Amino acid sequence: MLLKPCARWPMNKLVSKAVGAPMPRESARLLVEGRGSYVDDIALPGMLHIAFVRAPFAHGRILCIETADALQMPGVVAAIDGKELAEICAPFDTNPPGVPGHASAPQPPLAIEESCFQGETVVAVVAESRAAAEDAAELVFVDWEELPAACSIAEAQSDSAAAVHSSFDNNLSLHHRFGAEDVSDAFENAAHVVEESFAFGRQTGVTLEPRGIIAHWDPRAEELEVWQSHQVPWQMREVYAAQLGLSPQSIRVVAPDVGGAFGLKLHAYADELAAVAVSKRLGRPIKYIVDRLESFTSDAHAREAKATCRMAVDSEGHILGIDAVVDSGFGAYAMHPRGSFGEAMQAAQMIGAPYKVGAFRAEVRGWRQNKAPSGAYRGVGQPIACAITEDMIDLAARAVGIDPAEMRRINYRSTLDEGTRATQSGLVIEELSLDACLAKLMEAMDYKTLRAGQAALRENGIYRGIGFASFVELTGVGAGLYGPLGLPLAANESCRLTLQPDGSLTCATSVTDQGQGTLSALGQLIAGEFDIAPNMVRMISGDTGRTPYGGGAWASRGMALGGEAARRACVRMRDGLFEVAAGVLQCEPSALAFDNGEIIGLKGPSGLTLAEMGALCHYRPYDIPTGQVPPMTIEESFLPLNLPYITSNGVHAVHLEVDSELGTVELLDYWVVDDCGTVVNPLLVDEQLRGGIVQGIGAALYEECVYSEDGQFTNGTLADYVVPMAGEMPAIHVDHITTPTRASGLGAKGVGEAGTVGAPGAVRTAINDALSPLAARVAKQPFTTRRILEAVMAAENLE
Amino acid sequence: MSEDTIRFTLNGRDVSVPATTRGHLGDLLRHEFGETGTHIGCEHGVCGACNVVMDGVVVRSCLTLAVQVDGAEIETIEHLGSDHDVAALQNAFVARNAFQCGYCTPGMIMTARELLAGNTAPRREEIRDAISGNLCRCTGYQAIVEAISDAAETLREMADE
Repeated sequence: MLLKPCARWPMNKLVSKAVGAPMPRESARLLVEGRGSYVDDIALPGMLHIAFVRAPFAHGRILCIETADALQMPGVVAAIDGKELAEICAPFDTNPPGVPGHASAPQPPLAIEESCFQGETVVAVVAESRAAAEDAAELVFVDWEELPAACSIAEAQSDSAAAVHSSFDNNLSLHHRFGAEDVSDAFENAAHVVEESFAFGRQTGVTLEPRGIIAHWDPRAEELEVWQSHQVPWQMREVYAAQLGLSPQSIRVVAPDVGGAFGLKLHAYADELAAVAVSKRLGRPIKYIVDRLESFTSDAHAREAKATCRMAVDSEGHILGIDAVVDSGFGAYAMHPRGSFGEAMQAAQMIGAPYKVGAFRAEVRGWRQNKAPSGAYRGVGQPIACAITEDMIDLAARAVGIDPAEMRRINYRSTLDEGTRATQSGLVIEELSLDACLAKLMEAMDYKTLRAGQAALRENGIYRGIGFASFVELTGVGAGLYGPLGLPLAANESCRLTLQPDGSLTCATSVTDQGQGTLSALGQLIAGEFDIAPNMVRMISGDTGRTPYGGGAWASRGMALGGEAARRACVRMRDGLFEVAAGVLQCEPSALAFDNGEIIGLKGPSGLTLAEMGALCHYRPYDIPTGQVPPMTIEESFLPLNLPYITSNGVHAVHLEVDSELGTVELLDYWVVDDCGTVVNPLLVDEQLRGGIVQGIGAALYEECVYSEDGQFTNGTLADYVVPMAGEMPAIHVDHITTPTRASGLGAKGVGEAGTVGAPGAVRTAINDALSPLAARVAKQPFTTRRILEAVMAAENLE
Repeated sequence: MSEDTIRFTLNGRDVSVPATTRGHLGDLLRHEFGETGTHIGCEHGVCGACNVVMDGVVVRSCLTLAVQVDGAEIETIEHLGSDHDVAALQNAFVARNAFQCGYCTPGMIMTARELLAGNTAPRREEIRDAISGNLCRCTGYQAIVEAISDAAETLREMADE
């Protein structure tokens, strides 16, 4: 995406304190004016379109494919099946060497002989228009033999389960344990032991702009250009090179404006790979835009899990031990290239993360299912771990008889124990500020008054609940995690900063922006280092042809890593310019500073503006007294070398009312106090938190990919898969505690996922708090009106 | 209407295009006229990203057949920057950071403009109700609500002057 400097920002506007300023995203104004450029807005001459024939069954064998009728249709150019595409394109093989015991079947871009989920791509019909391709796809005849399928986690793990893929005789894809082998001592000596079962519905990210791609293989130059709605263009360059046997240097991947991503656009998809391979096959530009139904049935799914957890506490409420088992639904194939195990692993490992938990054991199993592959979605496992933890804390607080907020406070972890490298579950945690977050939160929500009001209303049969969710989040996840797994992923973020002859700056960054505003914040940060207006900094991103090598966007890394790379590039650029200026002004470089884009020396303004420095270095280097022209382009890359990730933390709270006769939930108020370290732009950060919280509320109350028993996706429209709407969402009050990370000079931690990690746990605990006078509990997410009513009725029947 | 041509006014221009019976207005605007500010999100009339103005009323362009616009006046986001209400909304959306990826924003602004045309001082709840047919997956809606409220205030002040 290219953000143009905006003429509306006055050139002379001073920005002296850029970091922390709530600057509007002027450079993104073009999006408000409908002038964005998303993939489907791009057209290439001679471009063809694909419609896919997709598998109608959860599990099937392809007996034969007949395309003759389709090929007769007007405008149809080709109908390509899996066998034909296999001649030029390898299947995804997604078994990271660093994950012992991980097993996933190869996934070809188009199914060959066997398909393993409803919606798997089978035939690519290529035509002059999408409509012509869709018409022709209707005429492709596939002779299927339907095979037995295993769809739910329970089915997948049963002894008599059908094999999800014929290359395996069972469906266990991952089995791992965090913490101790045996924690029974902690439980035997506990004053109270609480236990609960959990279920989390399958979700998907639902980007408003569906996935899309244009691939153009130029047979003359033997070069591949790809425009893709994606988070990580550098990763995709390596993927296409590997699958098609091309030199990475012959491939350029561009991510133009992206209409939401949320982890969903972090993956390599079979249909998108097929589009690229078809372009290579035909030597023509190919566009493929995923429609909404395809989006529901083939985008990365997430969150489907079952879990049981036990927690042991002493008589005062101190946690003595946690023992958990998490079963995660992986879908038919591991999502390429990062696999599907991340959610399962983090769901287990992050249980209890904000707390001193004593003994810890968490077992995790991942199951293949005849459903769409699961992958990364905002928060990756952490929302599950947080919800389990927070519900257990409330159960334990009730057993002990102490206030749930107090239960949290006395158990918070502040940092790693002295002398230890990691928690019992293996987490490397920086200094935390949960105590301070909770204190600020309770003040903001006026906790005592809320509790008093809740008690009074219960007398009248009105059931309000107050829920908390404390979280620790792994942000800016780097090579320390991916390297040992054996994944070929650059997890550093880079900045290539250039001083132009006119004194403006260009920042080409590996960081990508799907709406977070990261590019605006990076521009703001850079402008602040030279004390210039942000429109003097042109940002270039999302293009392997124009940006330095690096990650992109995932795991809340834009400012935490990309911001630090930019800051370091600025410092080196400034140092070089100060060397030149010191020669001109006959002083020490240390005596110089930038003010309003001009170098200030001992005698005040020097006349050496950035424009003058640019002209001097580019056009009149012979006038530089030292004769040394500093580099006009600086490249810096950042990754904290001694940390696998940077931990952020925070506390959420929600106040809601449950109608025990209708089963509805009204969200009354929501608060969050977040610590993401240095906040570069609170205007961006606060709405980023709110957006994440709204997605977390969607997870808690509405969103679920509902499959029938035989693996048919039953709610594949936005009318049936409900995402949060404005009318149902509460006011969300955001505040901050600021503990800059010591891993960087900037001090920023990640924030993009913080809302989504905490909200499902906060809503869950609040609903269970509301229902506690009725002795009813909900355990299966989402907490639909039906499930809440069932819980209320089950409690009534027990009485 | 000639049998094989659709004629209508698009952003103040008289245009004509060969009639096709299957296409919807969203695709027509995007692919025939290159007006790509109108976005296609769901093609079910749920998300509101494709909202455009037809004869003064906001419609889902994905639910409007292309042939239905024969003789109509169509306005899209590309044209509406010169409209006071839309300009106020766009300024407020930028000032409040009431958009992230921008995919829902043109449709959201169409709806907000219609709301403000009929209600110059909407309450927060009225704004939330009015935009409940426009999905935004990025923001928490709060900034959008505040931006529409700000724009209403700006327009009231302009009207007073």
